[in-house]
Amino acid sequence: MNASFRSVRKWAVQTARLCCGIPDYDVYVKHLREHHPERKVPSYKEFFRERQEARYKGGGGRCC
Amino acid sequence: MQAAVMPKPSPASKIMWVAIAIVGAFCLGVVALRRGEPINAIWLVAASIAIFVIGYRFYGKFVEHSVLQLDPTRAPPSVLRNDGLDYVPTDKWVVFGHHFAAIAGAGPLVGPVLAAQMGYLPGTLWILFGVVFAGAVQDFMILGLSLRRDARSLGHMLREELGPLPGIVAMIGVLVLMMIVLAVLALVVVKALTHSPWGTFTVAATIPIAFLMGAYMRWFRPGRILEVSIIGLLLLLASIWFGKYVADSATLAPLFDFDAKALAWLLIAYGFCASVLPVWLLLAPRDYLSTFLKIGTIALLALAIFLAAPTLQLPAVTKFIDGTGPVFAGNLFPFLFITIACGAVSGWHSIIASGTTPKLLANEGQARMVGYGGMLMEAFVAIMALVAAASLHPGVYFAMNSPGAIIGTTVQEAATTISQWGFVVTPDELLQTAKDIGEGSILGRAGGAPTLAVGMAQLLHNILPGGGMMAFWYHYAILFEALFILTTVDAGTRVGRFMIQEIAGLIHKPLQETESWTGNLLATAVCVALWGYFLYQGAVDPLGGINTLWPLFGIANQMLAAIALMLATVVVVKLKRERYVWVPGIPALWLIVCTLTAGYEKLVGPISFTAAANKYAAAMQQGQLLAPAKTQAAMQQIVTNNYVDMVMTGLFMALVVVMVIFCLRAAIRGWQTNRPTAHEEPYVALASVAG
Repeated sequence: MNASFRSVRKWAVQTARLCCGIPDYDVYVKHLREHHPERKVPSYKEFFRERQEARYKGGGGRCC
Repeated sequence: MQAAVMPKPSPASKIMWVAIAIVGAFCLGVVALRRGEPINAIWLVAASIAIFVIGYRFYGKFVEHSVLQLDPTRAPPSVLRNDGLDYVPTDKWVVFGHHFAAIAGAGPLVGPVLAAQMGYLPGTLWILFGVVFAGAVQDFMILGLSLRRDARSLGHMLREELGPLPGIVAMIGVLVLMMIVLAVLALVVVKALTHSPWGTFTVAATIPIAFLMGAYMRWFRPGRILEVSIIGLLLLLASIWFGKYVADSATLAPLFDFDAKALAWLLIAYGFCASVLPVWLLLAPRDYLSTFLKIGTIALLALAIFLAAPTLQLPAVTKFIDGTGPVFAGNLFPFLFITIACGAVSGWHSIIASGTTPKLLANEGQARMVGYGGMLMEAFVAIMALVAAASLHPGVYFAMNSPGAIIGTTVQEAATTISQWGFVVTPDELLQTAKDIGEGSILGRAGGAPTLAVGMAQLLHNILPGGGMMAFWYHYAILFEALFILTTVDAGTRVGRFMIQEIAGLIHKPLQETESWTGNLLATAVCVALWGYFLYQGAVDPLGGINTLWPLFGIANQMLAAIALMLATVVVVKLKRERYVWVPGIPALWLIVCTLTAGYEKLVGPISFTAAANKYAAAMQQGQLLAPAKTQAAMQQIVTNNYVDMVMTGLFMALVVVMVIFCLRAAIRGWQTNRPTAHEEPYVALASVAG
């Protein structure tokens, strides 16, 4: 019960953030640690700002 | 692992599908055949759901297995190019939510409302069958193609499969389409806010609210999107509530009371400022709000329809299928099929389906749910918008959506004209509706948003009655659409600016510098001027703007859909799967026929831009003035505007014809070659790369 509630909540938060162009931070950190250990891991704030800028850099856009 | 063949269904599932088919056929029969007595909206909703479920299970699966031949053992771009940011294998439900939020916009809410002038049946049938055989096929196939091509964009795939020149032609088409989209959507806002201090105040209040949210997210609680969106939502609701006091106040109301021309200028100035401000300050916070509000409102609309179960007051078919309708001119064929674009088939989706979504899908086997299923959801939104419009009093519907030039500008004239059409309504009923929603007048509010808002307000009022609540719900619905449209205008201006800079860079290299202020301001000004011209044209248009510009938008959007489906057709041939060429080929052909016929009728004949220009030009020669022009200069303006619309229509038709020629050439070459020539990336087994 508790576990399924947590997974629904995680799904909702992840979807809501992705709808706004912010991918999952934990996934990104995990990816950096595994594949690019030499790079600095950005804080969530840095990560958020970078993604916020990137979303409106053209390409695609949204529907009418 | 699933092989690329159709799985055999079990007996239990066979029985279930037969049952769904029977229920669906029965509901559709009630919707289509019962005459003389009004039917309940639930029949229509149930028929739609049954058709969507059957379309998804059978036709969607057929496209997946036979046409696209998607392979769950194949590694998708998200796995092959995983960078943790853009390319990330993501849970399919998360991708579905993201994809739906990206494709669902104001379009499916506006088109069906306009098309309701022909009755609810033509629109319903086009949405249901259009989506299953054209719209969802387009989204799904473009997604499938992009998945096999490193998640490339539509433009990139066109260049690769057809050649560099068709790629450039399509890029110009997309830019022009976007300008028309922005102008028409902004015009919807103008129509909704004209002489509405309440609405104008609440929409204006979104700007400081967004600033506040932006600052909160920047410095106080970085990245707390949900938290800040809840704060923003509460402030928005407070602004709707306070808007009533503004509208009732003798000193405040005039500050927010504008005519259409003034609102058009305000929106143009706003569009320019908004798209040069930093994104975190205005665009991003409003984007978050409008995304959540959109999903929430769609859910609310669904809930209201299921709980209120309204009766459809509009007839199944009205006499306006003969092309004499007041909302938009033209016969059922081809104008129904370009009026309802988003919801049945929308070219714009091909850009989304080849944008972020293919970079996120973790497996090719999930593409049907996201691509085909996402579009079915959008069609369901369109059906709900149609239900909301059809459950209104038809007299109210026509009073809101007909141009003043046709029904007159007072409630007495409007009630007389509309009653003569057979939709008996009294001036008092029109006045009472305006009073219920807290507005001075409901006349001449074309564009879908206000009609949908009245429909929603009545539905919500039915389930949550209370004094003055209808006015609250009306302004909530207006605010939701305006917020959403302003975000599109802002983001679209930015995208348009980058496209203009890219094109300008071909001529003068330094203009391409997106960080340079000169290039930035210049390109933004060009972009705003392009859509601003059409917006202002709509504001001074004799037929109220929507009547004139919506067909132009429909032609452009269906043109893009035709291009996307033609690309899919060419690729099917190049993959040597010629026996399935009809799957994307027939919808492509249908859209080509519709856009070219509609374009032709807008160039030649009684409902054309040419006829409108000639009418005003002839009157000018005799020194007469025709409404709404009050000076010779205004007459000249209307003539020029119609000439510009003629040129645009001609341009879209030329684009379609050029693309047809390129596609035919590529398809014939592909057919004559005896091996597959499509540019797919080589197969990599998912098992060999996934950890």
